[in-house]
Amino acid sequence: MKNHVFRPLIVVIGIVLLILAARFVYVPKDFGSYERGYIYSWHRQGDENFWNKFTIKYQGKEYCKDCHEKNFTSINKSPHRIIICENCHGPAIDHPSEARSKLVIDKSREQCYRCHVKLPYPDTARGRIKGFLDPEQHNPGMECVTCHDPHDPKLGGA
Amino acid sequence: MLTRRNFLKYSLAGAAGLAVPATIKASTGTAPAAGTATDKRWVFLVDSTKCVGCGMCVKACKNENEVPYDANVSRTWVERYVVTKDGKVHADSPKAARDGFTTQTIDQGHHGKEIIKPADISKAFFVPKLCNHCENPACVQVCPVGATYQTKEGVVLVDRTWCIGCGYCIMACPYGVRFFHPVYHTAEKCTFCVHRLHAGLKPACVEACPFGARQIGNRNDPNDPVTKTILNNKVQVLKEEYGTKPQVYYLGLSMEVK
Ligand code: HEC
Ligand code: HEC
Ligand code: HEC
Ligand code: HEC
Repeated sequence: MKNHVFRPLIVVIGIVLLILAARFVYVPKDFGSYERGYIYSWHRQGDENFWNKFTIKYQGKEYCKDCHEKNFTSINKSPHRIIICENCHGPAIDHPSEARSKLVIDKSREQCYRCHVKLPYPDTARGRIKGFLDPEQHNPGMECVTCHDPHDPKLGGA
Repeated sequence: MLTRRNFLKYSLAGAAGLAVPATIKASTGTAPAAGTATDKRWVFLVDSTKCVGCGMCVKACKNENEVPYDANVSRTWVERYVVTKDGKVHADSPKAARDGFTTQTIDQGHHGKEIIKPADISKAFFVPKLCNHCENPACVQVCPVGATYQTKEGVVLVDRTWCIGCGYCIMACPYGVRFFHPVYHTAEKCTFCVHRLHAGLKPACVEACPFGARQIGNRNDPNDPVTKTILNNKVQVLKEEYGTKPQVYYLGLSMEVK
């Protein structure tokens, strides 16, 4: 065997072994192709746990029932019963136990504009919600909640 | 003596040897599961006719999934389409509709604003969009490092610790649902809120929608209301011609939607 062939060959083999060794150390043990085969599920299985354990923030309407009975019962009798409390008050997370989950009270008119600015789209559900093409005509400059209780918005016998 | 013939022979043997570790790796996982009755396959149903464009779904998604609230990226969004009598289509989704549609002005960001007279409108509608969790996700196929993958329940996820931020998946997705997370700088997308599904809850956007425009279901359960709707009604998917087999089904979708 001639040296000028053999020596570079050893170097090449060495590099290949080094890469394989590095790969062995670096690639986590749970890396593999799982249920959906090589093309679609070649991944680190541990990552599924990361996503499964993500913190839940929206707790749903029933969560508020026992502590805020007044608002809960009144909203359920009103057309706003379809809106979950957290849409207006923000995610409960672990309210009321933690300081960070003190819920928002947003009295802005914009909060109500999301649904009550009438858009002239006759065939959409939006076009059928009661509201105002120009909301600045309906008691401008005042908070809506001055007159309408968001948990029971209808006024006078309607 | 290393003849040319031997050299070729040894190199071939060596190459075969190098290929072995890959083969072993590939066979460590279990074979693709043939869907048994207990396996779930999450699918989504959007009823476009029920959407009013209030944007509560986008607000909830951003809060639930820690997508920075004021960054102009979102895992889900709502598009507004206004078709005028001259046949032109005007579409927008300002801030992904996080704050809802509260004016008649079509706001296409740097493409400018358009004011359309109500008398000129021939039809208008809202279309909520999110990741289609395709049966054949193109975004997964192109990932060079195995950072994005599909779970056995059909959900396409991104491994933030493994993503190198090359952006191939963002370009490969025909639906434009992927973006870089402003904090982690890795590819980001809708997860169908798997953390909620596994706790027996609905995804945040489904929970937040007051009008029932968004629903989640298990395609492998024939008694699931969503599965029944998909099987018994005229449903559509987006960009069927791409062959990705999207699993977000639409009721009442109009042909102008892209
Ligand atoms: C275990 C009982 C409990 C539950 C469940 C609960 N709350 Fe509360 N909530 C409280 C208490 C106690 C306070 C007053 C202390 C405070 O301000 O944090 C409060 C205060 C509030 C406030 C007013 C904050 C202020 O600044 O005045 C709002 C709004 C609110 N809760 C909304 C909700 C909503 C929406 C839910 C359901 C997602 C909910 N709460 C569930 C106990 C509860
Ligand atoms: C449409 C938006 C909206 C929804 C839905 C909503 N709220 Fe409110 N809520 C408000 C606004 C606005 C205020 C401030 C009212 C005021 O100051 O007059 C408020 C105030 C409150 C307060 C503090 C003042 C009070 O009335 O005691 C509590 C507690 C509260 N809401 C609980 C709830 C609960 C529980 C639900 C669900 C059952 C709910 N809210 C649903 C908008 C909403
Ligand atoms: C998520 C959408 C949504 C939001 C946000 C919302 N509403 Fe409503 N509101 C409705 C729907 C739907 C009705 C049912 C009646 C209808 O179809 O017009 C309704 C009904 C009402 C009514 C009764 C109309 C009538 O006389 O029948 C009033 C008043 C009202 N809302 C005020 C408010 C106020 C004030 C706010 C802000 C705190 C608000 N709404 C926020 C969806 C919404
Ligand atoms: C000064 C008090 C006042 C303020 C402020 C106010 N409203 Fe009203 N609103 C009324 C009265 C009075 C009516 C008519 C009685 C009714 O229909 O209940 C009404 C009616 C409505 C209706 C029903 C309209 C219809 O077509 O029947 C909606 C929806 C409504 N208001 C939403 C809002 C919203 C949203 C705001 C804030 C942007 C707001 N209101 C601010 C007093 C007020």
